[in-house]
Amino acid sequence: MSSLSRDDVANLARLARIEMTDQELENLATEFGVILNAVARVQEVATTDVPATSHPLALTNIFRADVVIPSLTPEEALSGAPASEEQRFRVPQILGEEA
Amino acid sequence: MIKNSAVEMAQSLASGETTSVALTKAHLDRITEVDGKVHAFLHVDTEGALKQAADVDAALARGEKLSPLAGIPLALKDVLVQKDVPTTCGSKILEGWRPPYDSTVVSKLKSAGVVILGKTNMDEFAMGSSTENSAYGPTHNPWDLTRIPGGSGGGSSAALAAFEAPLAIGTDTGGSIRQPAAVTGTVGVKPTYGGVSRYGLVAFSSSLDQAGPCARTVLDTAFLHEVIAGHDPKDSTSINAPVPQVVNAAKSGDVKGMKIGVVKELNGDGYQAGVRQRFEESLELLAKAGAEIVEVSAPNFEYALAAYYLIAPSEASSNLARFDAMRYGLRVGDTDGASAESVMNMTREVGFGREVKRRILLGTYALSSGYYDAYYGSAQKVRTLITQDFNNAFEKCDVMVSPTCPTTAFKIGEKTNDPLAMYLNDIATIPVNMAGIGGMSLPCGVAPEDGLPVGFQIMSPVMQDQRMYSVGAALEAALLSQWGAPLLSQAPSLGGAA
Repeated sequence: MSSLSRDDVANLARLARIEMTDQELENLATEFGVILNAVARVQEVATTDVPATSHPLALTNIFRADVVIPSLTPEEALSGAPASEEQRFRVPQILGEEA
Repeated sequence: MIKNSAVEMAQSLASGETTSVALTKAHLDRITEVDGKVHAFLHVDTEGALKQAADVDAALARGEKLSPLAGIPLALKDVLVQKDVPTTCGSKILEGWRPPYDSTVVSKLKSAGVVILGKTNMDEFAMGSSTENSAYGPTHNPWDLTRIPGGSGGGSSAALAAFEAPLAIGTDTGGSIRQPAAVTGTVGVKPTYGGVSRYGLVAFSSSLDQAGPCARTVLDTAFLHEVIAGHDPKDSTSINAPVPQVVNAAKSGDVKGMKIGVVKELNGDGYQAGVRQRFEESLELLAKAGAEIVEVSAPNFEYALAAYYLIAPSEASSNLARFDAMRYGLRVGDTDGASAESVMNMTREVGFGREVKRRILLGTYALSSGYYDAYYGSAQKVRTLITQDFNNAFEKCDVMVSPTCPTTAFKIGEKTNDPLAMYLNDIATIPVNMAGIGGMSLPCGVAPEDGLPVGFQIMSPVMQDQRMYSVGAALEAALLSQWGAPLLSQAPSLGGAA
């Protein structure tokens, strides 16, 4: 029986960078109990002799010649930015004050 | 005029009977008349559509040879970017964003002269089976406005069923093209994974996502398929091989000698009586058309749903990390001295809806240290087993078939508080995405008990998409001669001139 506590969910929300309300955390803890029990069924057949598939195609790295091709202008690239300055994305403070 | 097929509309354009501007205006008028009830569109690009249409008319007047779908209007799911046209993915976090580039699908549509009417509603970031998870309100099924139009591409399917557009684009990660097609009595195809470029398709689950064509007839769908398919150097998972000849297959509709495998596990308990009845009748019609019906077994399909709800959320938790309030979209709480991390946390709390948060956290859990092997790792093994089931079955048949969905359209609000019940809608469509093969849904009648459309699913091996078009066209022709008119003529009128 899988279950998650409210604190477990709060930790996941912190890792996923979502500031959740207490009510949301409570609701998700309840829902996850049900969902995790359902999805845990995969363990019934996932034995050690079965190889994993991460992708439907047999992928190989694909390279292109190192030549300049048209791309977005700085104005276009910044056109959706919440804030920009001097052809750059303006972002909130990333390092602490003491840094 | 708006009830015709795209092929018929193209004939009217070629003969000079109508113009693309007139055709586009007729559809824009229809949207004005009925979309208040249906809510298929999030954005209607009146000016852009009329300009595209005028360009096609001018080219026709100059005697230029154009593509078969030039001048025909289309509805675009709001998860594919179109330059300077708002793209929201049904989410508040992208409200007002205008992409600075075209997705490859849009570039190909524009080159073919297809007129893009606007962007259609969807479950937020394509997570859902009912379009109720859109941040902009639900879409209503034209067959019964109190019911869901399917999801995540419910806007595209409803636009087709309401005659707001003869063509539409959807995307299918676990059934988001096929299930909406099934519950609205329209046709939808998920091509082979890698058959249509994902460049400019906002990613939900990259190893499963696939854009595809939607329409009201199999042949219209085939024409649209050939417009959008093909290798794209901008997508490293795009298959570098010739596009399957789906238009020829849809035109011939020849199933003589084909072996059609009925999937034993995708029928029976849990499937509505009327769904089973229409499915069985369709098998008889295909047998009469010369196909051989065989039974095939796929014992691991019963684990597909569980594996999907680990793999898709895991990939989503990574893909949706890009919505960080820094480069585009919503930014909340950017006050003096606020840290980037607190701005991210607050923006994602406000910008994402309930289902998206649920799946991001589920994926974060499934990928976390200590649980990875038990959840994500096990799900990947199930993916191998499902692919093996398909490979084994395709040794005994040319295509596999099942009902597209266990039930007809349910009521809006009926399943919103029960995520597991909602997820069960996709039980027959998910295996196709897990293996990366092709899948089609086409209407096979209405269920006698509720008068709502039933979908027939056809699955074909990797890059053998033409097979599902042959079978789909054969079944469509047999059903049409039985009904005497397309199934959608049985749908209630929404008012308006049409």
